[in-house]
Amino acid sequence: MSRIGHAFAAARKSRRAAFVAYITAGDPSLELTVDLARALRRAGADVLELGIPFSDPIADGPTNQRAAERALAAGATPRGVLETIGAIRTQGEEIPIVIFTYANPVLQYGVERFAEDAASAGADGVLFTDVPVEELDRFQPALRANGLDSVLLVTPTSTKERVRAASRRGGGFLYLVSRTGVTGARTTLEADLAANVRAARKVSKLPVAVGFGISSPGQVEAVSRLADGVVVGSAIVDRIARLGDSHELADSVQAFVTPLVEACRR
Amino acid sequence: MRPAPDKRGYFGAYGGVFVPETLMTPLLELEKAYAKACRDRDFQTRLAELAERYVGRPTPLYRARRLSAELGGAQIWLKREDLCHTGAHKINNALGQALLAREMGKHRVIAETGAGQHGVAVATAAALLGLECRVYMGSEDMRRQRPNVWRMRLMGAEVVPVEAGSRTLKDAINEALRDWVTNVNGTHYLLGSVLGPHPFPMIVRDFQAVIGREAFGQFRKDTRGLPDLVVACVGGGSNAAGIFTAFVPHERVRLVGVEAGGVGSEDGQHAARFAGSARPGVLHGTYTWLLQDLDGQVLPTHSVSAGLDYPAVGPELAMWRDSARVSFTQVDDREALGAFHLLAESEGIIPALESAHAVAYAAKVAPAMPLKAHIIVNLSGRGDKDLDEVARVEGREL
Repeated sequence: MSRIGHAFAAARKSRRAAFVAYITAGDPSLELTVDLARALRRAGADVLELGIPFSDPIADGPTNQRAAERALAAGATPRGVLETIGAIRTQGEEIPIVIFTYANPVLQYGVERFAEDAASAGADGVLFTDVPVEELDRFQPALRANGLDSVLLVTPTSTKERVRAASRRGGGFLYLVSRTGVTGARTTLEADLAANVRAARKVSKLPVAVGFGISSPGQVEAVSRLADGVVVGSAIVDRIARLGDSHELADSVQAFVTPLVEACRR
Repeated sequence: MRPAPDKRGYFGAYGGVFVPETLMTPLLELEKAYAKACRDRDFQTRLAELAERYVGRPTPLYRARRLSAELGGAQIWLKREDLCHTGAHKINNALGQALLAREMGKHRVIAETGAGQHGVAVATAAALLGLECRVYMGSEDMRRQRPNVWRMRLMGAEVVPVEAGSRTLKDAINEALRDWVTNVNGTHYLLGSVLGPHPFPMIVRDFQAVIGREAFGQFRKDTRGLPDLVVACVGGGSNAAGIFTAFVPHERVRLVGVEAGGVGSEDGQHAARFAGSARPGVLHGTYTWLLQDLDGQVLPTHSVSAGLDYPAVGPELAMWRDSARVSFTQVDDREALGAFHLLAESEGIIPALESAHAVAYAAKVAPAMPLKAHIIVNLSGRGDKDLDEVARVEGREL
């Protein structure tokens, strides 16, 4: 089992849903991304998703779009993000790290070279926002050869066959998108979320984590009762946006995330 | 045989489906609905009827004698897509896809637009077929193509300004894709060019291929031969794919796509995807030639014509470029403006700034060609929408 798999198993053993925290790498800077990763781990996050900023993020809502713009303006590059993962590991952090990215930055880096560099930096998996199973063959062999999980997404529009294919071909965990739409905080959860989670868990051999739109402890608590994991992204990114490079950034993000992690207890 | 993409939506090395998972089911549905429509006689009859009685097809293939005489070389023929209802070829695809949307039970269509011609065509088709319509348009494009914004609104479409990025076509497509991901159930994304994830590049090409089929037949009827050269401007590539497709099997016909040379060859000064910093990559769901930096971030573009101001090009055109079946060249802003005036003064036809790029190339090469050589230029749209912008660029008062 991969490090991601172990994190989910450990959470389950202690009767919690695993907490997956997303931030855009390089926002407000790559140096502070290291501090933020450590703060998220201190808050109790089980898995860290690090976004590589891209100029045209079609799967992202305004919060993550702005974060990508800030990160690019601050000079973040795919290579810089991988080096940052290395720096997080140098600090002794063992938290599993999933790279969240669009296809193009990886294609331009070179798929093989990217997989090698990501693995040697200490990443555990890669999630592509715009690579469905139809296009996975271009990426997966290199990821697999370097021991990286392909974290795949399923959505409310995915047919049962597609959920099955994603669970068969994916690794780490199966990422269930809570609703049709882009990333970003919402105040309510979809009415049919419970049914979608049940359906996904039925066919998936991987743990199922739910993400997109989850921002409050109440929502985390509700999802924790349904799924193996909960992903919170935009709510944390929004926090970071408001703090910028203030010296309170890491502590404040930790304080924000701690109650979210506590809400994972079943 | 149709020059179709393979089962996975690839034209040679290019194309595919690089989209969020949410869009896979609607794309597969669209592919199925389109295959059904291709076999459905009622659908085809309805589309052909609209093309004839509503759009005004066939459009003339017009021999531009004064222009040809003035240039003193090859004979120039214009495929008059500017005479289509709504003033550009975009209506051919908009009507086809709007009919398809209705077949699929969708009540709402969304679209992106650059020059506004596709937006106007979609607003028109939506009004005609009783569909809700929202068009995303970069705020910079809204400024330079104001009359088209007003036309869309007149027909009941909601025009949403996009403030992100360079505020042009690329950013409008980003926003339209986000809308589609969110409202996927009742909405069809009526993509306007031979771009985006499979099956769009195939569907849009097929609906536009009527241009080349007509031109081929009309030219043969008038001359009993084949033209020596066919020229089209290339933004995403829909008018080019539309006219080239019928000629691609006829190897002796040279095909030239004209990209926007803008104001220079530095990054950000042009929209020439087959020059400069372009390499294959993924944008808007398809793998194709793309203006990008070494990290894969998409570069800004510039062209005096909003419709050519886009960093990627349709995957089928990329394949034609690799096989050298189509050659690509650039015409800059200044040359395009020159051709805009040249055609207005010599023939009484005001071309769209996009189409003026194709006219400019023809005007450049015609003098060196023999008198008995023939060039067909796809005059993809008319220039009424550009009057304000040309006046502004040239520092005149209207």
